[in-house]
Amino acid sequence: MEDEKIQIALRVNGEQITASVEARTHLVDFLRSELELTGSHLGCEHGICGACSVRLDGVVVRGCLVLAAQCDGAEVTTIEGLTESGEISDLQERFVNRNALQCGFCTPGMLMTAAELLERKKSVPREEIREFMSGNFCRCTGYHAIIDAIEETMNDRRSGVQ
Amino acid sequence: MKAPKFRFIKPQSLSEAIGLLSEFEDEARILAGGQSLIPTLNMRLSQPEVVIDINKLDELKGISLETDHVRIGAMTRHVEVMGSALVNENLPLIAEALPYVAHVAVRNRGTFGGSIALADPAAELPACILALQAEIVLEGPQGRRKVDADDFFHGLYDTAMRPDEILTEVLLPLAKPGEVFSFMELSRRKGDYAQAGVACRALISSKTFENIRLVYFGSELKPTVGENVIRALEGQTWSGDIDEKIFSQLEDDLDPIDNLHGSAALKMHWQKVLTKRAIAAAVEKTELV
Repeated sequence: MEDEKIQIALRVNGEQITASVEARTHLVDFLRSELELTGSHLGCEHGICGACSVRLDGVVVRGCLVLAAQCDGAEVTTIEGLTESGEISDLQERFVNRNALQCGFCTPGMLMTAAELLERKKSVPREEIREFMSGNFCRCTGYHAIIDAIEETMNDRRSGVQ
Repeated sequence: MKAPKFRFIKPQSLSEAIGLLSEFEDEARILAGGQSLIPTLNMRLSQPEVVIDINKLDELKGISLETDHVRIGAMTRHVEVMGSALVNENLPLIAEALPYVAHVAVRNRGTFGGSIALADPAAELPACILALQAEIVLEGPQGRRKVDADDFFHGLYDTAMRPDEILTEVLLPLAKPGEVFSFMELSRRKGDYAQAGVACRALISSKTFENIRLVYFGSELKPTVGENVIRALEGQTWSGDIDEKIFSQLEDDLDPIDNLHGSAALKMHWQKVLTKRAIAAAVEKTELV
């Protein structure tokens, strides 16, 4: 089969992009290889690990389970965009303070998912944070520190601490 | 791994999508939420020539309340079903099961119709719609037809859908007065596919099971109605416990798959335990009504 290319126009981290992609290229390969946004990681490439999490049209998705060709007209935010906007600087600071990362491979995905929880909910029990984060694997920390960092960010946002 | 090469087509209307399916039939796969199709593409378990992306078909989206049922469009994403007040009020079983359907990022993308059409044996929604005796609406070149959930699931990833048909909506009957529902699932990690599970719909009066429907998933090749255990339960009265012999009826209903998630015997044990929990929960709900 010849290499059929599909034209797409999308916004990535606020920037308008046009590109020509192979049908089989998934979103994270496109972000990493074409746009050199290597913050989104590929762990399992079949939707289990969560390392590839990105924001697509306002919600967190598995970047390995969306085709780049499907993103025509879409708004994509990666960990680079979230970092630059400062939206989760408080969360990132608490990840560092709490040792919520060791090797760091899962961290961008963890932050993308946690960002959605923090955006949706002002206060939830710790158990609910665990459940919300259950689709993201970490092989270093044992999760407690990650949940600590998210819980602390949530509490601090509620009480107005920066 | 990386997906094999395929053609990507994004039809603008349902009739165009059906036309494409008639043209390519078995060589084509419909791409709805993609949360099962894309992993199989990435792992090259599936190598279609053509992928037909129906994400732009707004006619397949949305939830509405009709006279005696709720209509859920096939392309409605799990997150929307989960957040729907209509579903929460009228389809308590679906509302109870949805938190078990995958993880947040997958629910943001995965679709109600996709889950039914794929008929994964460990998926929650096929079992729920079979418990509710919903109707599945299919559209193909010969037009539109409705299939009862009882006739829809044929086997492992095998349904009544023809290769040139698209699942367009599911019609879920409203709860009858007094009906209660419960849902139990065992999985290693919340949100993962079930190792064993049961969806229960019951009419209970003075702790006696007048009418009960139990549908098993996770352990079988397809969602399976527990005919024998249902017959044994009807007319029985719950007294905080129930004769254990009733659960042995499940051995005639189920034929659990032996795999790395557990032996057949272990899964049979889990299903018996979950059955007891499901009926206990149903009794408790009846008392709250």
